[in-house]
Amino acid sequence: MKEYQTITEVSGPLVYVETDEPIGYDEIVEIETPSGEVKRGQVLETAEDYVAIQVFEGTEGVGRDASVRFLGETLKLPVTEDLLGRVLDGSGNPIDGGPDIVPDERRSIVGAAINPTAREYPEEFIQTGISAIDGMNTLVRGQKLPIFSASGLPHSELALQIARQASVPEDVADEGEETEFAVVFAGMGITQEEANEFMDDFERTGALERSVVFLNLADDPAVERTVTPRMALTTAEYLAFEKGYHVLTVLTDMTNYCEALREIGAAREEVPGRRGYPGYMYTDLAQLYERAGRLQGEDGSVTQIPILTMPGDDDTHPIPDLTGYITEGQIMLGRELNSQGVEPPIDVLPSLSRLMDDGIGEGVTRADHSGVSDQLFASYAEGKDLRDLVNIVGREALDERDNKVLDFAEAFEEEFVDQGFHTDRDIEDTLDIAWDVLSILPKSELSRIDEEFIEEYYLGEEPDTADDAEEAEA
Amino acid sequence: MSQTDTATDTGEIASVSGPVVTATGLNAQMNDVVYVGDEGLMGEVIEIEGETTTIQVYEETSGISPGQPVENTGEPLTVDLGPGVLDTIYDGVQRPLDVLEDEMGAFLDRGVDSPGIDLEASWDFSPTVSAGDVVEPGDVVGTVPETVSIEHKVLVPPDFEGGEVVEVNEGEHTVTEPIVVLDNGEEVTMHQEWPVRQARPSAEKFTPTEPLVTGQRVQDGLFPIAKGGTAAIPGPFGSGKTVTQQQLAKWSDADIVVYIGCGERGNEMTEVIEDFPNLTDPKSGNPLMARTTLIANTSNMPVAARESCIYTGITIAEFYRDMGYDVALMADSTSRWAEAMREISSRLEEMPGEGGYPAYLAARLAQFYERAGRFETLRGEEGSVSVVGAVSPPGGDFSEPVTQNTLRIVKCFWALDADLAESRHFPSINWTESYSLYKDQLDPWFEDNVAPDWPEERQWAVDVLDEEDELQEIVQLVGRDALPDDQRLTLDVARYIREAFLQQDAFHDVDTFSPPEKTYEILTAIHTYNDEAFAALEAGAPIEEITSIDAAPRLNRIATQEEYEAYVEELEEEITEQLQALY
Repeated sequence: MKEYQTITEVSGPLVYVETDEPIGYDEIVEIETPSGEVKRGQVLETAEDYVAIQVFEGTEGVGRDASVRFLGETLKLPVTEDLLGRVLDGSGNPIDGGPDIVPDERRSIVGAAINPTAREYPEEFIQTGISAIDGMNTLVRGQKLPIFSASGLPHSELALQIARQASVPEDVADEGEETEFAVVFAGMGITQEEANEFMDDFERTGALERSVVFLNLADDPAVERTVTPRMALTTAEYLAFEKGYHVLTVLTDMTNYCEALREIGAAREEVPGRRGYPGYMYTDLAQLYERAGRLQGEDGSVTQIPILTMPGDDDTHPIPDLTGYITEGQIMLGRELNSQGVEPPIDVLPSLSRLMDDGIGEGVTRADHSGVSDQLFASYAEGKDLRDLVNIVGREALDERDNKVLDFAEAFEEEFVDQGFHTDRDIEDTLDIAWDVLSILPKSELSRIDEEFIEEYYLGEEPDTADDAEEAEA
Repeated sequence: MSQTDTATDTGEIASVSGPVVTATGLNAQMNDVVYVGDEGLMGEVIEIEGETTTIQVYEETSGISPGQPVENTGEPLTVDLGPGVLDTIYDGVQRPLDVLEDEMGAFLDRGVDSPGIDLEASWDFSPTVSAGDVVEPGDVVGTVPETVSIEHKVLVPPDFEGGEVVEVNEGEHTVTEPIVVLDNGEEVTMHQEWPVRQARPSAEKFTPTEPLVTGQRVQDGLFPIAKGGTAAIPGPFGSGKTVTQQQLAKWSDADIVVYIGCGERGNEMTEVIEDFPNLTDPKSGNPLMARTTLIANTSNMPVAARESCIYTGITIAEFYRDMGYDVALMADSTSRWAEAMREISSRLEEMPGEGGYPAYLAARLAQFYERAGRFETLRGEEGSVSVVGAVSPPGGDFSEPVTQNTLRIVKCFWALDADLAESRHFPSINWTESYSLYKDQLDPWFEDNVAPDWPEERQWAVDVLDEEDELQEIVQLVGRDALPDDQRLTLDVARYIREAFLQQDAFHDVDTFSPPEKTYEILTAIHTYNDEAFAALEAGAPIEEITSIDAAPRLNRIATQEEYEAYVEELEEEITEQLQALY
């Protein structure tokens, strides 16, 4: 292995080195500073006589006298089933004081794309025990469903609640299936306090034993954040497709990851795209988010819950915007609901699960699920619109039907959404509560639900008399 | 081809930066296909500057280093055309995904090349010419049963000279064996190659007059597209672009469907791959895949292949058009394609235009959509390519460059609306913003084939919806109760148009496909309610009683009835009866 002492330029996270042999793109580099500290980096650009390197641990202490070694391979992560229960830093080194990792295999962290013909379409319902998700934005195994949050909102609590409660109802799981459940957690640029919150909860609930934790904290080098999620996903893929685990991968906070991308782009003096983020951010994010799914003939699955905080609560900001175009829906948290004390403050209207339709219904959840969900969406949307009107004309100016829609919207938030972070509801409970609140509305308003289900589940008063009065104002 | 072979040469990699590689020592021409590095990764020449040739590589470039060889094929990026294209799923450079899976397993590795059609497979050729006939480029020399639905016509390639047939080989042949030989020595095989960035020639382009019937009420009913037309579906994420596109691919009455998943989600493509073989073509009763080609270049596949997949798709579409078929091409999403252009352009350090997109964005979009149309083929038959492009405007902002440049070209605009999607009004096509410039030229067809008063019924619906739109502004200020009775009734009627007519459940077995006759019936049923209700109002019946008759909400159930004719007839009678009983 050749060693160079030919650094020509150090600029932000980047180091330029003159070389006299061909260096491979994406290759891993070790840089040793005169003080003996070894930093790792990756080749970003390679030409005949020089290479550009991004240094993960930051370029502090690197000068023209530092020596550079090219390792001749791309970044690899040692993986083994024994990673379960371990806590690693953002570059994959153990920080829990445990024994060294004896790898089963070393895997390139740049995941290859899954051939769409080899995928299995995700349709296995995951019960999170959260009504707003199970009932209206159902998560299925192999899905990537991000949480769109904003500063000051309890996205960590929600992610923890999902990690704690996520299960597949027994009568739904395939018979004889003994697939285990694991959590891979990647923290990118999160504060020590947030990290503690996760770790404490993992330890308290015993979840740590079946978890692998990668932590890049807020004061760790920003560039390292670009490899942390790749390490986490490489681990997740290994556990899912080699060892047959159902892996839930939580990536938080993707906003910090994107900031790191922007930092590198700026240091390379690239032509910036929207808001200064690199033009290739869509491709880059896709390479992370698309590493979720199921494979034909494999037991395991990778389900992804990336968390991102929307700068300025703005869902048109490039980070949530590009994410939304790649992921299969989103769970949106609402500031207004949060200030009302609704736990979890999930704003269902802009939330969406694209894979819901195949994961619910007869034999999986319940036959009325799809209609009930559509009806909740439609009626709640109308109720929210009416609230705007009430602000102008007052509630008295509304007719009886509109008043019932308003009552419904209120009950929906209080009964259905606001369940608390520690309540675990099964899907039957969720749908029953949905019928409780829907029964505030007259039968004739439930146009999204098949008549047979209205007959079976509707709890409201005698329809005939109610009907006439309500329809009058429709 | 023998000429180009001599131009084949080898160079050396000078630098690597993501998908962009430069090489020296190549004597290449623009858009030549090259094989890069020891692993032979496929790439395309995109810039030549002095000794330096810049290449976009269609595969992941990790580990590739300067000094490795670059081999030039001397040919532009081509697609393999012939029997076997249908019922196949390709990546962006026309490699069959099932072949790739066999060779590399579930994860896409690199350096594997594969022809677009199986060159070994043999097909049963039935000639339609015999020795002594004179054939010209574009003429049919025979047919091959490609799938249960589609008879593949073997054409004399457009770049042949043509001449007298001297030899005809009937029966089982592979696609590379000559099946017809001409007197000038030209050998016609079932296999053709065509450069993707070059439109296939045709004799003439006409104005389209026939609709592409989509089975979707809002599209057929209000904003129809022609066979050979162009349409754009812009919408923010979550507004239902992909479902709308897939509905068109499933139910439109085209002969052939080319579906391009450009930068799509992997799971969504898998859904298409799993769904289509199990779905039945409403026209022929055969599996949908028998008339479909899928191009699946998911968002995490290499960006350069995303740039090329649009061209791969449209070239395949043109090939079937030349056989005289009506082809519908769905591109989901053209924004991802534009972004791929932007990404490569920025790696080339080109001067960015609006929104960071390259200055040639508008020209590329126009070139692509211009390859759509209703054509007279070289041999005088008619064929068409209809193009429906999804657009994903960042932040749902329609003023961004891709949407704006697309709107300058396409004649049909189906604007998806996030608010409608949030209240689960699907398809969430906004009826005030959308338009179709094909309406007038398609009306005669609807009058002749569906109902003579089709245009009038449509205009009535549009008028009611427009009026509702205006009234809603007042309602927002003063509440519904403050409106006069006739306007309240209009709002009631408009609600039925929205709920019973415009909304359509893509996941409901019956509702997913609504033939034009049913679309018309639903609209006339609402119109009947409208007329009877206004008659009752004029006769003095109270508005509360009119709008609360229990037959009216059943309008919303017509869509899900299989035997809708009887249902509508009975319903119209009941509505009339109940309303007339009020006065």
